[in-house]
Amino acid sequence: MTTRGGAVRRALPWLVPVLILLAWQGGSELGWIRATVLPAPTDVALAGWQLLLSGELIRNVEVSAWRAGVGFAIGGGIGFGLGLLNGLSDLSEKLLDTSLQMIRNVPHLALIPLVILWFGIGEEAKLFLVALGSFFPIYVNTMHGVRSVDPHLIEMAQAYGMKRGMLIRKVILPGALPSIFVGLRYGLGITWLTLIVAETLSATSGIGYMAMNAREFLLVNVVVFAILIYAALGKLADSATRLLERTCLSWNPVYRNS
Amino acid sequence: MTVMTIDTVPAAPSPDRLSRETLPVDRRDSAALPVRLRGVAKAFDRVTVLQDIDLDIPSGQFVAIVGRSGCGKSTLLRLMAGLETPTAGTIAVGSGARFDATAVRLMFQEPRLLPWARIGANVEVGLTGRPVTRDKKYLALEALANVGLAERAGEWPSVLSGGQKQRVALARALVSHPGLLALDEPLGALDALTRIEMQDLIEGVWMEQGFTSVLVTHDVSEAVALADRILVLRDGRIAEDVTVDLPRPRQRGDAVAAGIEGYVLGRLLGGDGKRAPVDVLRT
Repeated sequence: MTTRGGAVRRALPWLVPVLILLAWQGGSELGWIRATVLPAPTDVALAGWQLLLSGELIRNVEVSAWRAGVGFAIGGGIGFGLGLLNGLSDLSEKLLDTSLQMIRNVPHLALIPLVILWFGIGEEAKLFLVALGSFFPIYVNTMHGVRSVDPHLIEMAQAYGMKRGMLIRKVILPGALPSIFVGLRYGLGITWLTLIVAETLSATSGIGYMAMNAREFLLVNVVVFAILIYAALGKLADSATRLLERTCLSWNPVYRNS
Repeated sequence: MTVMTIDTVPAAPSPDRLSRETLPVDRRDSAALPVRLRGVAKAFDRVTVLQDIDLDIPSGQFVAIVGRSGCGKSTLLRLMAGLETPTAGTIAVGSGARFDATAVRLMFQEPRLLPWARIGANVEVGLTGRPVTRDKKYLALEALANVGLAERAGEWPSVLSGGQKQRVALARALVSHPGLLALDEPLGALDALTRIEMQDLIEGVWMEQGFTSVLVTHDVSEAVALADRILVLRDGRIAEDVTVDLPRPRQRGDAVAAGIEGYVLGRLLGGDGKRAPVDVLRT
């Protein structure tokens, strides 16, 4: 009984997407939805299958995933480092935070014309935009996490003779981790968003390019398929982070057995 | 008949206490430390919290500091533990030259356990900066066994009750065999029964290990149950220095203890001492 209840509960989140898919397919079959506006799910699946067979899909997904990964690692790494630094040091925070907050308020996609002037439409331009986009969520949340570690615990650790390095390793970083994870998930979201825009505007490979290229030839089913791939990759990254979160934060009752 | 003295001048250390101050150096790690304060004053933003504090605590003595909230008793403790620096005067823990800050261990009102470290690892925090002769895990388990929680070493702190968390905090404070244990109202947030259990536990480990102990509390009966000596703090000064000479382990409901409690309460509330229940004291 419990296993059946569990299975039902696991299936529940997929009920709405499946219903939408069925309605979509039905609408297409009955001619309510024109194929030039939105092709039927079976058409989209077919397009996906063909792209998979030609090897085009794998190549483009690889390129996009590489851009997302490297750009995110650069931006997130710098964001984490600066967040840690500004969270720990008042001097550094006073010196840098105002400038960073000013830059943060410029939508990073507004820099696209400038970035194209600087880097052309090469890989650097896309990596730069992705890094810039993922930098701020990680930076802001790391700093906030470090700053909001229970001062009682820090006082205890200092009273028990912990030196700076050990204090950061054993108290501040673990204390800031829940907040850093929020930044991580948010940053990943921005990464995909940036990549879609960057690849659509100026690229010769990647999923965004694949979609734009298909648009030229009015292959709507490929366009829709590309959008679905983005959704799947985003969901994959988010799930991976959740899993990591649950492993790293198992001490926290909020994240335990969920 | 139990002998009891109440005096307003600091009690002179008894000869056997004095002899413990001159322990050979090789017992340093577990040796109790004496505390000496001379002309200590502390002010926060020009508000004087403590002034003219002269105090000698012989090594191994259990001292309780009582006073109304805001009287500066926690500040006095934090000064001794090195968490605050005095505005004036000198504080010496141990015999000056070989003072080691890690020989002082603190217990706070909250357990202050690291929620992301297992219970055993939390106790190991108490060994920070201390030379260890044996495996840290072993020492932590030993300290946990002393507070009756050895089998919980692998669990997260969040599954413990408030009293159990405070017992882990006690194990953490004692795992390094400190010379001075500073207790900042550690039992204030516990329910009455758990508090009595904890008092017995603290008295037990103190009798066994013999460290110097300073307890800040607002609960006079707790001070009488645990301390050799009660300091009443009023207006930032030591207003009263009461010796509690009762046999250990202390019995609850003792008439003499009740007399001392009444006397100290009278000094705390009235301040002039006129309300001291003198008839009880004469028993």
